Amino acid sequence: MAFTDLVFYVFAAISVFAGVRVISSRNPVHSALYLVLAFFTTSALWLLLEAEFLAITLVLVYVGAVMVLFLFVVMMLDINLVSLREGFARYLPVGIAVGGIIVIEMIMVLSARYGDMPKPAPHPASYSNTEELGGVLYTVYVYPFEIAAVILLVAIVAAITLTLRRRPGTKHQDPAKQVAVKREDRVRLVKVPSEPRQ
Amino acid sequence: MTPDVAEFAPLAAEIFVLAMACFILVLDAYLPDTRRLIAFRLTQVTLLGAAVLTWMQYDTMIGTTDRMVLLGGTYVADTLSMVLKLAVYAVSAGVFLYSRDYLRDRGILKGEYFVLGLFGVLGMMVMISAHNMLSVYLGLELLSLSMYTMVAFQRQNGVASEAAMKYFVLGAIASGMLLYGISMIYGASGSLDLAAIGRYVAEHGAEDRILAFGVVFIVAGLAFKLGNAPFHMWVPDIYNGAPTSVTLFIGAAPKIAAFAMVMRVLVEGLGGLHADWTPMLIILAVGSLAVGNVIAIAQTNIKRMLAYSTISHMGFVVLGILAANKVGYSGAMFYAITYALTSAGGFGLLVLLSRAGFEAEKLDDLKGLNDRNPWLAFLMLLLMFSMAGVPPTVGFYAKLSVLQAVVSADMVWLAAVAVFFSIIGAFYYIRVVKVMYFDKPEDEAPIFAGFDAKAVLSVNGLAVLALGVYPSGLMAWCAKALG
Repeated sequence: MAFTDLVFYVFAAISVFAGVRVISSRNPVHSALYLVLAFFTTSALWLLLEAEFLAITLVLVYVGAVMVLFLFVVMMLDINLVSLREGFARYLPVGIAVGGIIVIEMIMVLSARYGDMPKPAPHPASYSNTEELGGVLYTVYVYPFEIAAVILLVAIVAAITLTLRRRPGTKHQDPAKQVAVKREDRVRLVKVPSEPRQ
Repeated sequence: MTPDVAEFAPLAAEIFVLAMACFILVLDAYLPDTRRLIAFRLTQVTLLGAAVLTWMQYDTMIGTTDRMVLLGGTYVADTLSMVLKLAVYAVSAGVFLYSRDYLRDRGILKGEYFVLGLFGVLGMMVMISAHNMLSVYLGLELLSLSMYTMVAFQRQNGVASEAAMKYFVLGAIASGMLLYGISMIYGASGSLDLAAIGRYVAEHGAEDRILAFGVVFIVAGLAFKLGNAPFHMWVPDIYNGAPTSVTLFIGAAPKIAAFAMVMRVLVEGLGGLHADWTPMLIILAVGSLAVGNVIAIAQTNIKRMLAYSTISHMGFVVLGILAANKVGYSGAMFYAITYALTSAGGFGLLVLLSRAGFEAEKLDDLKGLNDRNPWLAFLMLLLMFSMAGVPPTVGFYAKLSVLQAVVSADMVWLAAVAVFFSIIGAFYYIRVVKVMYFDKPEDEAPIFAGFDAKAVLSVNGLAVLALGVYPSGLMAWCAKALG
């Protein structure tokens, strides 16, 4: 067994373990953290496949950004675990049946057609997956790439248009006004006649 | 291969629209509320400039080549793209003009509205000029995302928010269908380029059944976007729920872009499989004609009625495409363009009849329009006659050219079905005319409409008549585009 095989099995085992813990742990924060672990080990598997860019993106985007947001949401929501677990036994047979069918289908597809696929030729050491991807993305697919950027811009405009509202009566600070304030605006001198001594 | 800067030059119109949309977006943030019209004017300037640039692109192409495929085969410029883009600019400019006063009265005259509209126009341009499945899909998403947002633009309006939600969810399902089909085609042919797919289909179309499987999903996705029965359920709810100005936008120019998408994907890419997709399109066409024309009779809300009418008209467009010959394609193109024009006029009139605190959307709101404003009533008469297909309006000629193609493809029964349902449909169009001319007005309020909007609406209504009398000019362009 080559060293890469060993690495693969270790990471695959951790990934499966983390996947099971995501759905079996009682605490939703733990679930989210196990999901982070599952993403992380999956990205290690992608590294083994020489898909460096995907691996790095998975860590940066999913682990770094999406899951952190997810954790925030999970921590802020008051989730009632008891009510979530109701009906687990009731749905279990259906769940097992669906899962079983999926496994059988995957076995059929993978063994029938791709079981004896030849291994791809290993790339030379100087090969960079990221560079290849960038080379295609910015030349052949530059037009779709730019349109995708415009779609993201529209998404930003849409989100701001639909959610930003200036409610009257909210109290907010205006630093420019705070800085420009003068003594006359804030301090009022009141002449109080001194009371004559008795 | 590195794309040369010169290769971007033919995309001047797209780049201009994008740059102007970004410019308006930034400029609008610095404008006070009283000067929102600047965004509106700049939008119209943008559409005009794009039209000039598109024409210039076509002008430089003339004589040297009739088709330019650029940027690694993702973009194409030909007569089809030129004609359809000019139609999109013209219809969109009219649509924005009609909706200006409506938006102002409802306090939603904002720069973002026009920016989103321009991004929608950009999405349509991308769809029209797509020569790659990726460009088709991304253009469609750009258009759809802008439209979802525009439907929800009136935030305090619950019905509109509901419509936007429905539109978003159903649109996402449709996009998923389309993508699934595209992935099948990609898996079979190994390319996203429409020309490469076309070559593969020509060679292996008969034996590779994955292709046919993919076509099923692609047709379902396209039918969703066109609003063909049995994928039409979203159309009435969204047309009815959206603010009328947005219904006007959705109901006009995007139909032209949807036609372009069908042409690029089904005809250019998968044209070799027309024996597979023709029966599917027959079901779509007959279903749309039946559902659209029969259910519209029961509607009392005119926006809903026109939504069902859209379904039936899209059935006619599909009818032209399924004939799978040049006459049919150019007939469908003529139909799509003139329908967009007619629909813009019809909804535009409803927008002009609405005023602050009042939405003209019931059939009863049109009662006695002839007594209130005979000219607007006459224009509505022209538009309704055109939708019904009464000569000499353009609707008659459009229907005729599509039916001609269907008959020439040896499907006389289909033409008979189409005529049968059109006659049923004529009932509810003519009912609108009856309500306008023979009923007593219930609402005596004067109609405030800007002079420019009225003038453009008049041009729009008279164009429907003029194109019906002299269809040969536009028809020649359509024939040339698909020649």
